[in-house]
Amino acid sequence: MSELSALAEPVPPAGKVSATPLPSAVARRRRRNLQVQVLRVALALVLISGWELSTRIGIVDPFFWGRPSGIAHQIWTWITEGTAQGPLWEQIATTMEETILGFLIGVVLGVVFGILLGRNRFLADIMSPYIKAANSIGLGMQSKVALAVVLVFFIVFFNAFQGVREVDKNLLANARILGADDRRLTTEVIIPSALSWIMASLHVSFGFALVGAVVGEYLGAIKGVGLMIVVAQNTFNANGVFAAIVILATVALVAEALVTAIENRLVKWRPNAVTEVTI
Amino acid sequence: METAAIQLKGVSKRFLPPAGTVYTALRELTFEVGPGEFCAVVGPTGCGKSTTLGLISGLEPPSEGEVLVHGKPVKGIAEGIGYVFQTDAVFPWKSVLENVAAGPRYHGANPREARERARDWIARVGLAGFEDRYPHQLSGGMRKRVALAQSLINEPRILLMDEPFSALDVQTRSLMEDELLDLWSTSGASVVFVTHDLEEAIAMSDRVVVLTAGPGSIKGVYQVELPRPRKVNEIRFDRRFSDIYEEIWSDLREEVLVSYERAKRAG
Repeated sequence: MSELSALAEPVPPAGKVSATPLPSAVARRRRRNLQVQVLRVALALVLISGWELSTRIGIVDPFFWGRPSGIAHQIWTWITEGTAQGPLWEQIATTMEETILGFLIGVVLGVVFGILLGRNRFLADIMSPYIKAANSIGLGMQSKVALAVVLVFFIVFFNAFQGVREVDKNLLANARILGADDRRLTTEVIIPSALSWIMASLHVSFGFALVGAVVGEYLGAIKGVGLMIVVAQNTFNANGVFAAIVILATVALVAEALVTAIENRLVKWRPNAVTEVTI
Repeated sequence: METAAIQLKGVSKRFLPPAGTVYTALRELTFEVGPGEFCAVVGPTGCGKSTTLGLISGLEPPSEGEVLVHGKPVKGIAEGIGYVFQTDAVFPWKSVLENVAAGPRYHGANPREARERARDWIARVGLAGFEDRYPHQLSGGMRKRVALAQSLINEPRILLMDEPFSALDVQTRSLMEDELLDLWSTSGASVVFVTHDLEEAIAMSDRVVVLTAGPGSIKGVYQVELPRPRKVNEIRFDRRFSDIYEEIWSDLREEVLVSYERAKRAG
């Protein structure tokens, strides 16, 4: 995508967007990417082997901190023999179900209310203290899905709200002059314009939905990865706790990749839409 | 006599900024634009030129006085108006084709017909082949062409332009000025063209309205009796052009100085 934006000025003849950058530049970029990949793996190896080693020579107590080989073994056991609550995939599926359900409900509610209140300043002024107050009390809820919904809702809501407020006044004026009615203004100007704000919130909020579901399971459940953590903790199985966390992290990474893919499809008009999420 | 396309009668516009005192942008403004006339509005920075366009378009109501378009008072956004904004106002998430097709679609044309007409207009502003590009992939001049096609496709009887070419480089600019004159000459639309560039104003228009330093009111109105069709780059060397220029500039200079002195004091 960066090749494309570099070509924005001056504009090449129509249909020929594929002018190749200099070979040396390509080679340099490829080399740099390779370096990044290699160093990433190397860093992981150093950390994991350091962990393993320090538990072996007794600097760190594996009773509390687990041990990478033990964690790997635990995951393998879960995969081959299942967990105390049943097969591993069932636990993951349960957690994912709660997460996705909570995420979807939270996103829909957040977007709808964000746009509604963003469009109506009067309503927003009336509601704002209640929303701020609700944001802090929602955490006491017991239901796993509800917890995920609440966490997701506020992130998405505030972003959608802000996104609507930030819509370029010129674009609105232009659409109105061109003949757009209120409904068109919302669907054709306000939503697309707020979309980059909303998408930004989705990256964060999927993680929060996961946290909501796991914490919910932690508080009480019959299935799920959160329950696996509880069980491992209660049996003093540090490897089990870490193994469950590894599984959660993997799920979160896959979900993040999915959200990025969706984002790139939806906001392909943006100059630098296709970029890695940088930290 | 035919009714004027646009009439402003004793129009004032005041704004109330969130913090601060009432700010008067326009005071007792009265002028008319005839049907098919190309009228330029010049004046120093902050004299309410853009505000005037806002009032005519119906985006903003006047605080006092009356704005009539085709003899009818303006209430909300009037039909048959085109507006080319100073900054980019094309939709960044729509392709060139979808941008230009927006107007007909908002007016209820079916998508296929709208695209058909959009293709035609894209060709007319010289962007054939760029239909599928997004605005960020175009140069500033090309984005202005998109904006122009987007406005003209609605076949407005009144075209409002707010310093449309001020962000362009000199060459692109005179090219665009000529093309605008071409498009306008076949459309029969009345144009109100706001600019801070007196040369551009004279080269393009039939009449130049000079506004005073803010709050804006009429300083003078000048008829530009230069033959059409014109080429903006050539007309500049016409004897009559420099005569008119000098006449208007003596008026405008006073106002520019006033505005400059004020800015100095404020800063």
